[in-house]
Amino acid sequence: MSAGAVPWRGLRRSAVVLLGGLAVAAGLGVLPLAADSAGSLALVAGGLAILFAAIELGDGFGLSRRWLVIAVPMLWFLVFFLIPFVVLGRISLSEVVIARPPYSPLWERGPNGELEIIASLDNYRFLLDDPLYVNAYLSSIKVAIVSTVFALLVGYPIAYYIARSPEPRRSVLLLLVILPFWTSFLLRVYAWIGFLRSNGVINNILMWAGVIDEPLVMMQTDFAVYIGIVYTYLPFMILPLYATLVKLDDALLEAAADLGATPTVTFLTVTLPLSMPGIIAGSMLVFIPAIGEYVIPALLGGPDTLMIGRVLWDEFFSSRDWPVASSVAIVMLIVVVIPIMWLQAVQNREAPE
Amino acid sequence: MKRRGWFLPITAVLGFVFLYAPIVSLVVFSFNDSRLVTVWGGFSTRWYGELLNDGQMLAAAWVSLKVATMSATMATIIGTLSAFVLTRFTRFRGKLLLTGMVTAPLVMPEVIIGLSLLLLFVAMELTLGWPAGRGLTTVVIAHSTFCAAYVTVIAQSRLREMDESLEEAARDLGAGPVRVFFDITLPVIAPALVSGWLLAFTLSLDDLVVASFVSGPGASTLPMVIFSKVRLGVSPDVNALATIIIGIVAVAVTIAGLLLRRQMKRS
Repeated sequence: MSAGAVPWRGLRRSAVVLLGGLAVAAGLGVLPLAADSAGSLALVAGGLAILFAAIELGDGFGLSRRWLVIAVPMLWFLVFFLIPFVVLGRISLSEVVIARPPYSPLWERGPNGELEIIASLDNYRFLLDDPLYVNAYLSSIKVAIVSTVFALLVGYPIAYYIARSPEPRRSVLLLLVILPFWTSFLLRVYAWIGFLRSNGVINNILMWAGVIDEPLVMMQTDFAVYIGIVYTYLPFMILPLYATLVKLDDALLEAAADLGATPTVTFLTVTLPLSMPGIIAGSMLVFIPAIGEYVIPALLGGPDTLMIGRVLWDEFFSSRDWPVASSVAIVMLIVVVIPIMWLQAVQNREAPE
Repeated sequence: MKRRGWFLPITAVLGFVFLYAPIVSLVVFSFNDSRLVTVWGGFSTRWYGELLNDGQMLAAAWVSLKVATMSATMATIIGTLSAFVLTRFTRFRGKLLLTGMVTAPLVMPEVIIGLSLLLLFVAMELTLGWPAGRGLTTVVIAHSTFCAAYVTVIAQSRLREMDESLEEAARDLGAGPVRVFFDITLPVIAPALVSGWLLAFTLSLDDLVVASFVSGPGASTLPMVIFSKVRLGVSPDVNALATIIIGIVAVAVTIAGLLLRRQMKRS
């Protein structure tokens, strides 16, 4: 430890004590302040106290500054990302009650002052018993898989075409693929309502052309949800595909052709296997957001379009059942998110670039 | 590749039609005089006028801009710090934990992020008294958190590419770690941070689900107001709004493209 650090230590120690005391006082409501500002003060002072304590615990000056840098993102993500899941898990074990907040406490003092734990797994049992939830999970997975396949079928030729284009055109086309991403997602989904409605653009054109006499029912169907997902996430499919296809060596294709392979055979035996990393990356980028999607099924789907994101939303906003909504989220975390994260970790290990 | 014939160009053209037809129709029907959005009733700009007089919409747009600016800035600070910590500090306690926490938001469904943060805010209000109720602050915290994850990814890849000998040279010349960071590292990764900020800004501006959970009375963001309108069916003033947004984005992207091209020519 350097000599210059010594006065710092004393200062930091007193800062920890002072700020910590201030935080506790404000938190307990001892200070003559409005509840809102006392709370903010408690949080800021407490946070600073923890920070200084972390520096204090670091051995020596160099290390302590290091800890300060680590502490900021660490604390932020701990408090606003990890701890929320603890709260989520805790509330999923409660019962819904008509109160503020609308869930029961996990323990209560009995008549003789003994602690009674009233946590229960009832919500989870309920999810298993009611076919609605199981069906919603299954149908979310189905919708996500079907949409991913369609996005791949639509995106692949576009990506291939862009990758084969000469340079100035290639940049322009790439920009055209990315551009819709910068406009509002909600408004792009909204645009499809005007397209798919029974008096919408598609039906008007088809009827004017005499192809159909009666308007087709497209809104509020699963078909509309597929269209919405493919449309929204198509750029995420095209970009990774483009990135692998543009690296494809023309000499390989020429060699295959010289050896007598038809374009179809060349595509299936050379191009497709070589673009596999792009296919996997693009499919993940479409599948992941699709599975928890709320907006698209809510706007384009019908009342029978079950998706788990929508079930959770309705459970929370319509039924006001926070505990069941929490258990839906926890199950989603376990059956959907954790496998995806595991898959990604495995993939990253296999492909270190 | 000339033998490939007509299949690829035609599918590509159809693909771009698929991408742009809905956007074009949004713009076209925003100038439609008829309230029935998809039936042409003559050219008119009346929906733009109505939009300008829609106090709720304007207030929400202002809220969204404030939230997006603050969240993007917070996210850039947190994201830069975590990217720096994860790439430059070889070993520290909790590195694996931090790695997990910055990558998880990228694959987490928005409904889960929104619900869990709301429950945290409610629990904090009960125990700490802060945040008192929900509003602008809670939306900013929520957006900063998931946007920071995206900024981390961008900053991290730039930090990894960066020539570390620059930092070493500065250290050898006697600069302290703070000075090295601000004089060397930050200027080098600045372009990545700008694109990270822009991405965070867009993500925040675009978010409906998380904001719906953690927002409170008086802090409705623009997507929340649009969603409540659109849910009841098509409304032409939303088309007008969409046209304005598309116009802004098109102009911004064109300018960015021109700047980028000039920079590329120079170097």
